[in-house]
Formats: sequence, structure tokens, C-alpha cells
Amino acid sequence: MSVILILLIASISVAAIFLFAFLWSVKTGQFEDDFSPASRILFDDKPGTEG
Amino acid sequence: MPTTRTEQKLRCYHCGETATSTHIHIEEKIFCCDGCKMVYEILNEHALCNYYSLNDKPGINQRARQGGDKFAFLDDPDIETKLISFTDGQQTHVTFYLPQMHCSSCLYLLENLNRLETGVISCKVNFTRKEADIVFTRSATSLRKVAEILTAIGYEPYISLQDITAKRPSINKTMVYQLGIAGFCFGNIMLMSFPEYLGIDASEEGLRGIFRWLNFGLAIPVFLYSALPFYESSYKSLRHKFLNIDAPIALAILITFIRSAYEVIAGTGGGYFDSMTGIVFFMLAGRIIQDRTYRQLSFERDYRSYFPLAVTVLKDKQGKPTLLPNIKPGDELLIHSQELIPADGILTRGKAFIDYSFVTGESMPVLKEVGELVYAGGKQTEGNIELLVVKEVAQSYLTKLWNREEFKEKEENPTSFVHLLSRYFTYIVLAIALATGIYWQFTDPARLWPAVSSVFIIACPCALLLSNSFTNGNILQILGRNRFYLRNAEIIERFAGIDQVVFDKTGTLTVPDEEVLEYHGKPLNRKQEEWLAAVASQSTHPLSRALAKHIYAPTGLEVTDLKEIPGKGLEAGVEGNRIRIGSAEFVNGSSVSEKNTRICFSINENFSGYYEVSNFYRHDLESLISSMKKDHEIAILSGDNDQEKDHLRKLLGPGSTILFNQKPEDKLEYIRQLQRQGKKVMMIGDGLNDAGALKQSDVGIAVSGQVNNFTPSSDAIIAAAELGRLPRFIRLCKANRNIVMASFVLSIAYNIIGLMFAVQGDLSPLVAAILMPSSSLSILLLTFGSSSLMARLLGMK
Repeated sequence: MSVILILLIASISVAAIFLFAFLWSVKTGQFEDDFSPASRILFDDKPGTEG
Repeated sequence: MPTTRTEQKLRCYHCGETATSTHIHIEEKIFCCDGCKMVYEILNEHALCNYYSLNDKPGINQRARQGGDKFAFLDDPDIETKLISFTDGQQTHVTFYLPQMHCSSCLYLLENLNRLETGVISCKVNFTRKEADIVFTRSATSLRKVAEILTAIGYEPYISLQDITAKRPSINKTMVYQLGIAGFCFGNIMLMSFPEYLGIDASEEGLRGIFRWLNFGLAIPVFLYSALPFYESSYKSLRHKFLNIDAPIALAILITFIRSAYEVIAGTGGGYFDSMTGIVFFMLAGRIIQDRTYRQLSFERDYRSYFPLAVTVLKDKQGKPTLLPNIKPGDELLIHSQELIPADGILTRGKAFIDYSFVTGESMPVLKEVGELVYAGGKQTEGNIELLVVKEVAQSYLTKLWNREEFKEKEENPTSFVHLLSRYFTYIVLAIALATGIYWQFTDPARLWPAVSSVFIIACPCALLLSNSFTNGNILQILGRNRFYLRNAEIIERFAGIDQVVFDKTGTLTVPDEEVLEYHGKPLNRKQEEWLAAVASQSTHPLSRALAKHIYAPTGLEVTDLKEIPGKGLEAGVEGNRIRIGSAEFVNGSSVSEKNTRICFSINENFSGYYEVSNFYRHDLESLISSMKKDHEIAILSGDNDQEKDHLRKLLGPGSTILFNQKPEDKLEYIRQLQRQGKKVMMIGDGLNDAGALKQSDVGIAVSGQVNNFTPSSDAIIAAAELGRLPRFIRLCKANRNIVMASFVLSIAYNIIGLMFAVQGDLSPLVAAILMPSSSLSILLLTFGSSSLMARLLGMK
């Protein structure tokens, strides 16, 4: 029985980590713009630097 | 002539538009206008030509550049503080809305803004919102300079009074948090309910208790936080004495939670936490899909966002930028070329040549002399003018339309059929619950509460809500992919009742800035045509441009001694010949007043013919009109003269209404008159002149060549190129109700099975746990599947 308890705690805390990761990513606006980051990575001379 | 027409058209290196001559070029690269060339030069100088390699011809056409001090008002400290979001005296943050942004090249260029303007520290683009967050140092540059450099490279910031007074709404993140938490709790509760359903050994009684209490704990955040939107909405509806669909849902959530909590505390069972969190999760997901709005579009724009923020007021010969609401009658305004006239006024200096097409629907610019009254909303096209304000901005001829009282109160209760349906549904459920209660009261009072509460648990109209929100959400998304954008899901239903369709002509049925030219007179040889084209391409007047484009001879002949007389025409020499192009009066002195627009010309004083100009109608118009005619009555309202009456009559067929010379309030009044006859009117228009009518109509659709440009406030925005597919879009919207009804019937079947258990008082959590998600999932599949299939059948993406 105690093994199951440990497993329970482990599984819920792993799930909780993902929940917080999700909430954090929403809060920091990572779902707001799905175009810019994907294009930005393709620029040869990085924006913001003298090239 | 046909042989010469087939030559490869020249495309502007910057914007990709047809170049009418090879005059403007840098090495091999040809530009359509000096504006485009200038942008290229700026970018070339700063080694930003990667812009052109990321996408093919990504630029924005620069033909209608505004000169002068358009952004001078940004130097005003009051205006500046309203616009900037943060400053520490030096480092300043500002967010500009840049509607021209459209591809990764734009992104590249904008984020390299610091290379173009020294004071700019960084520029971060949010592409979805078409916004750029710019950080700059105040000592090195200014807000005005930043706006000007953005304009110079083709991304003019869109600053309007409306944006200042009301911030653009940010996305509602709360519901996403609520969804996340509901999903987390739902998943875990489902997992931990398995031992209960599969049966735990009696020896492990303690373990069962742990699982139950954990479920209880996990259900609390869903009950208290995630389900909040349903409580709020039902509370609001009850306060308005209107029973909406959320009220029975909130009741079901409440009863399920209380009963489950009671079971866990009393130790009699595991409760229905999994079902409860499940429906909350699914319903929230449906809401979010349905409420997904087009953040980059605005459906609420009125004249304030079309007008400039400030205008130059002349005081003692000194120009001072002044905010629009502060302009008083008696002020003297300086209007630059390409600027909008913000208030009704009398022309005191210069020759006004005003493009009213957006305001009144007249397709050609109008000439006004000193002393004449000029109405607000027109755009000055050539040269600077001065005018004396006679009416405040809000009292002007055009803006008065918006300040009408009746528009301010027109916001009624949502009357979606879903709410009505849910109301009947609720009455039936209440009746069943009552009957169940009475039955058990007399047979076995101990089973009364279990039975009654199970009835409420199983018969919550969540299936109806789910099918409605998922169908609506999917339809909105499909339409959006096909560039037909609805303001919200409520509009979908309104299409069903429409029986009268009213079109505007200019800009809606016709393509703005496109004309059809037809030559009348003695035949010209190619050389003569080339002369005409060479002279015409020197002018920015829409008719000259149309002529140059029509002849299309990018030969680059040298034009000498050019004279342009605004409102009349132009005169120049080409290869030793005198060419005059313009009105009949200008070319040969005759002053025949023709209602048709003509471009006359003479070569060496020889008047040999004219081009007749008519509007260019959208090519898919015939099929649009004929398929709309099947189910609706059709009318056309035009602000233009009746030059094209015959053509329109042929298009519409006999019996339909075609009205010309309609002022904005005439259009509004016409719609109202139809509504008084009990008709449901759909108005399709594009300009400010249609704005009143769009607002008055039951469904107002704004047509826009560039969806991010100004569109008057409306219920829907359609990309001009997709106008021909409008009947199909409407058919899809009408399918909505059938799909919702079909899935509702399906859900009732599930409900009947569940109710059979419930009225007997032995609805086991296992039955609920199977019924609830399977009904939700099958509804999801049905709604998504059938609405997507319907769209596929109608030939949509």
C-alpha cells in the first residue's frame, strides 16, 4: 500500500509540474504569436546586431 | 496592337506591382514609383537587402506617400504621454500597430529597425497582433522620428483617437488558466477513479478512502475556479429575468458537487467528480474555441479611427498640430496633399481636388474652388490647401451619422435559439425531477434525494452547449480560413433570417482604383499610344495612372516641359510633339458636360479621340448576384451618378431596386424603411458612406481589399477577392442550426439512457462516467465532422 502512496505522490507532482509549465507559458504569452519566433530563427543575420 | 500587349509586364522590384515605365530604376531593378525606389535605397544603404531575398517582392506600394509633417503632433508632450507605455525619462517604450505587416520580410526589417534609426534600442514584433514594441532613447531620437522612419520604409503606424481613448482588448487569459486547471484535475480524477470502478479489495479499505479524498480535493479548484464563467453568466441572466443555457448547467455542477462531497464525507460512495470536472473541461474548451476572435481585426471602428489624430491649425501664419477634438469652428486648417479633411470647412486657399470615393461613393476626385464648402472625410489629392472650419469634427456632415442616439442603445439580449431550446429542456428536466421526487416520496423516501439529484446530474444541457459552441467555433474557423471574418458566433445564426440583401456599388461591386478604358475616335498607331502613355505616367492622378496602365508602354520616352493643371489635365512634349491629356474643356476648349467620365487628348492640337472610363466590376459578380437572387431580394445603392444604370439593370434583372446619388443618410434610411416592412436586411458595403447602413442592418458586411486596413464597424469583414463565394459562406452559416439540432437529438438519446438509471435512484458513478464523456466526445465528432464536411462540400478550404 505504501508503494502505491509513493506512486500517487509522484504521479500527481509530475502532472502538477506540467500544469505549472502550461500556466507559465500562457502567462508569458508564448501562445500569442505563432509566426514571429518560427521565422526569426531563419534569419541569417540576427535582428538587433550590426551585421 | 495585340502583339505589343503580350510583352512581359514589368514588375516593381519592391512591391511587385506593374510598373508603367522603365524610368525609375537602379541598375537592373525597376520600380513602379519613386517611393518604392526610395525604400530600396534606404534598405540598401543599411545592408538590409536580405528583405528582398526572404520573400519575392515583399514591399508595400509607396505611390500614395504622404509628405510633410503628418506626425508632427507626436512632438506634443500630451499626445506623447498618452501613446507611450513606459518611460524613465530616457528609455521609452511604445507599441505601434502596423497594419501593413504581412510576411517574414516585414518581421526581419522591423526587428532591424535599430540599424536604420540610431536612437532605437530594440523592436520586437508580435506578428499575430501586427504590433511592434519599440524601445528607444529619447535623447537620440523621438517618437515622431520613429514613426517617420517606419513610414519611410512602408510601415506607417496606425494611430487613431480610438486607440488612445480605448486600449485594444487583450486576450482573455483567465479562461485558458481555468481550462488548464480543469484539464489537470479532470485527468487525475479520472485516473484515480479507476480503482473504485474496477473494485478494490475489501482489505484495502483505507486506500479507497485516500483515492476518494484525493478526488474530492482535486474537484475543489474546478468547482470554485474553473466553473466560474458558468456561475457568472447564469447569475447575470437570472438578474435580467432571462433563463439562459448556463443557468441549468451551473445548477447541475452545484448539485453534482454537493452530492459527491456528501458521499465522500459520509463514506457511502465515490461521487461523480470525474463527470463533473469532465463536463466543465469540455464546455470551457468549447467556449474558448467559439470565442477565438481575430485579434488583428477590429469590428468596432468608427470615423475616429479613419480620421487622423491631429491636424495642423494655422495661427498667425504658424502651424501648430492640434488634436482633432480640440478643433473649433473658426480655426484655420492646413491640409497637406494626401491628407484627410477632418471637419467641414470653407476652402480659403489653394485648389482642392478631393477624393470622396470612400465617403460618398463617387468614384472620381472632385475639384473645389476657393470659397466652396468642403466636407469632412474627403482626401486632398494634389497640393496643400487651407480651410476655415465651420463645424466641429463631431458635428460634421459625415460624423453626425455616428453620433445618432439610436446607435448607442442598440444592444439587446442574445436571442440565440440555443437558449430557447435549453429553456424547454430545463422545464422538462424539472418536471421529470418533480415526478421522480413525488414517486419516491410515497414509495421509499430514503431514495428521494439520490434519485432527484441524479436526474439533475445526468440531464444537464451541457451537450447542447457543447454542440453549439463547437459547431460555431468550427464554422468561425473555417470561414476565417476562407477570409470571411465574423465578429462573433452570434452572427452565424443571424444569416438564417435574412430575406433582403442590399449592395453598395463603389468599392463593393466595383474594384476601387481599377478602371475600364474604352477608346473612341480615329485609330491610333503604337507610337502615338506610347506618347500618351509617357505623358500620362508622369502624373499621379487616378485617371492618368489608369491611362498609362491601359496602354502599357514602359518605353521610357523622355518627357519635356511638363505642366500639370490640377483638375484639368496635363501638357507635355514627347519626341517633339505637344501632347495634352485631360478634360474635354482643357483639351479642345469645348465645355460639353458629359455624365460619363472621359479622358480626352490631343496630339499637336489635333483632337483625335477620347477614352471612356467606366468602373471595373468584380468578375464573379454575375454568379454572386444570380445565386443571391434565389433566396433574397436584392437592391443596389450607389453614391455615384447613374452613368452605369443600364449595366447594373442588366446584372440585376427587372424588378429589383437600383438607386443612385444616395447620400450616407439616404442609405441608412432605406435600410430602416425595409426593416419597418418587417424585412431582415443584410447590407454589404465598404466605405464610410455605408457605415450608417451597415450598423443599422441586421447583418452588416464590410468588403475590404486589405482586411487590416480601415473597415467601418460591421458584423463581418470579407476579403474583396472572396466576395463571389459569399452565398456559399451563408449556406454554411445556415447549416449551423441543423448540425446543432442533430447533435442535440443524439445527446437526448444518451440522456434518456441516463435518466432511466437516474429516476430509479441507482445511477452509479460508473454509468455516469461512461455516459458523460462518451456523449461529449460523440457530439464533438459529430459537430466537427459535419461542419467540416459541409464546408468541404461547399468547396471551402
